[in-house]
Amino acid sequence: MTGAPPGPRTPAGAPGARGEPGAGAAPPKFAVAARAALADTGLRRGLRAGAAAVRERRSAAPEPADWEDLREAGRAIRDGALLGLDAHLEELERAVTEAGGRVHWAAGAAEARRIVTGLVRAAGAAEVVKSTSAVAREIGLNGALARAGVAVRETGFAELVAQLAEDDPEGPAPYRDRARIRELFARRLPGAAGGPPGDPAALAEAARLHLRERFLGARVAVTGANFLVAETGTVVLLESEGNARMCLTLPDTLICVAGIEKVVPAWADMEVLLQLLPRSASGAPMTPYVSSWTGVTAGDGPREFHLVLLDNGRTKALADEVGRAALRCIGCSACLDVCPVYERTGPAPYGPVRAGPIGAILTPQLRGVERAAEASLPFASTLCGACADVCPVKIDIPEVLVHLRGRVVESRRHRPVPTPELVLMRGLAWTMADPRRYEAAVRRGTRWARLMSRGGRIRRLPGLLGKWTEARDLPAPPPETFRAWWSRRHR
Amino acid sequence: MRVALFVACFDDALFPATGRAVTALLERLGHDVSYPPGQTCCGQMHWTTGYHREAAGLARAFTAAFEGAEAIVAPSASCAAAVRDAYPRIARAARDAALARAAEELAVYELTEFLVDVLGVTDVGAYFPHRVTYHPSCQSARTLGVADRPLRLLRAVKGLDLVELPAAQECCGFGGAFAMKNADVSVAMVADKVRHVRDTGADVVCAVDNGCLAHIGGALSRLRGGVRVMHLAEILAGTGPA
Repeated sequence: MTGAPPGPRTPAGAPGARGEPGAGAAPPKFAVAARAALADTGLRRGLRAGAAAVRERRSAAPEPADWEDLREAGRAIRDGALLGLDAHLEELERAVTEAGGRVHWAAGAAEARRIVTGLVRAAGAAEVVKSTSAVAREIGLNGALARAGVAVRETGFAELVAQLAEDDPEGPAPYRDRARIRELFARRLPGAAGGPPGDPAALAEAARLHLRERFLGARVAVTGANFLVAETGTVVLLESEGNARMCLTLPDTLICVAGIEKVVPAWADMEVLLQLLPRSASGAPMTPYVSSWTGVTAGDGPREFHLVLLDNGRTKALADEVGRAALRCIGCSACLDVCPVYERTGPAPYGPVRAGPIGAILTPQLRGVERAAEASLPFASTLCGACADVCPVKIDIPEVLVHLRGRVVESRRHRPVPTPELVLMRGLAWTMADPRRYEAAVRRGTRWARLMSRGGRIRRLPGLLGKWTEARDLPAPPPETFRAWWSRRHR
Repeated sequence: MRVALFVACFDDALFPATGRAVTALLERLGHDVSYPPGQTCCGQMHWTTGYHREAAGLARAFTAAFEGAEAIVAPSASCAAAVRDAYPRIARAARDAALARAAEELAVYELTEFLVDVLGVTDVGAYFPHRVTYHPSCQSARTLGVADRPLRLLRAVKGLDLVELPAAQECCGFGGAFAMKNADVSVAMVADKVRHVRDTGADVVCAVDNGCLAHIGGALSRLRGGVRVMHLAEILAGTGPA
């Protein structure tokens, strides 16, 4: 166990980590939520250090010679899985059932929450152990279980810290700040104060001792899944801490919750994906724990195995010929590690589904773009393309971002009162459609801008452009445009 | 060679010196430069901001303005990328096969691609006795893949002291409308870029995109950073004592 585990990044206090998604006040736009994150010095330091650590690990273990071939193979495998998704899912259900498990289909988050809560109740458990799962976060599972009177015991290190911090009298605190985690453990985990401050091994040991008891007492476990192999009905889970393996093996009842897109047709596909995922997730060539679980086996492991398959917008995303590329995602978080926006804001402004560039293209598709929060996500990128360069299954994230921006604009085009931006962009397009109109507009704009300037610089602009001059100057436009210069020269 | 200049709207109004520099440079190298007067804006801004219908209209006008040009040269990587990389997507989104065909016909080059790949020159006879660092803009480096072409051109400039920019590949935070829509994140990014630029001790930071330079330069100007921004073309156009 390490202080900075790979996998989906969720610090304490990520929105939706507790309550039901969509409950309460409308979540803020990315730009608004980002402000708080940008001002959080501890978060900024942690994110910088995290990004630097991954870059270092990556450069320490250079890519294998066939990396580009592997990426292409990964893309093809994931595309093939999605193309025949209906057939693969039916095959998966057959295989899981034959192996003694049960498949449950959930069209939406509420149905998934109901299914899992019902299964836990049926098992008569008042407590579940849980390993990190992006889908559980997406559907707000922890909140639902809590409301049903079930205590959820997070077993991943980061989630354990987040959970302990959540109801800590000192207030929600740490991300990856070892000193703060140590203080938190000292308050919340009896007998865990040992070790020098900042010693990751001591922190890991404290968490391990605490979790061991939880595991041994647990009757029900809830996990996610990295892959679902259709031909054998197998759940494949990768992790660096070993807690998910405990969840898979110790309790009587195992409940795996996964998105329907996690399916791959055959075991042979794992050859490629098990090479792509670890390196992309952590920069290391291998993952410490790769667990695979198929149905139930007499006298070994869980006596009941439930697989809850979640749609929650995925079928809709699949129908979008550009947007569907997002469903290829294998959850490595490599795009987060290289994203200059994520490196400064962290996960919270992206909302509960997924953070970083992949979240910016997945969340609006799964939740729709009606609300300002989801509609702002495709715009939370400079389109720099660093994410597409590293994606192990070659998702062209900038392409999907631009596509979704188009969808956001279209969804707002026919409002009774047009947005100021629509008026501006239409006006600009009309102006630029004709060289004479364009010339006249530039002439007027130049005159106006020169009046606003002092010493060759513009320090303050009105309206939408005011955001630029909050922290940046704009050079005053020279009196003669290139066009004017050219025609003067060729008169 | 007959070269049709593509001067982005942004450059036309705010950075006309760049277009003049490209004209001077290409004419010095013995080429016949023209400026198709039908051009206005390539539609990049509309496309990336989500106004795809409007972008398609502007793309149609652009392809008409440059139809039949032997070589189109743009001193703006993001605009060259818009035509080369985005036009096929714009045409697909608009289900406009004629636009897709017209876009395919266009031979558009970013300036350094044209110099190094088409003309086969790296030493353009320039003189620029200053310490210079180079910011590889995302569209030039990732979308177009110009790689080290700008650096090869800079290394051949007499008197120029080229210094490496730390974390050069990281985006400056401009991103068109991003700089306004997500102004706080954008500023956090350019703050780091400016720090790296100043760490080099360079007098000038150059790039092949005036968008990024307006952003980096705007922050340097506000902070009185003491570093100038300059388009690479303006460095290459400079000649000194013979």
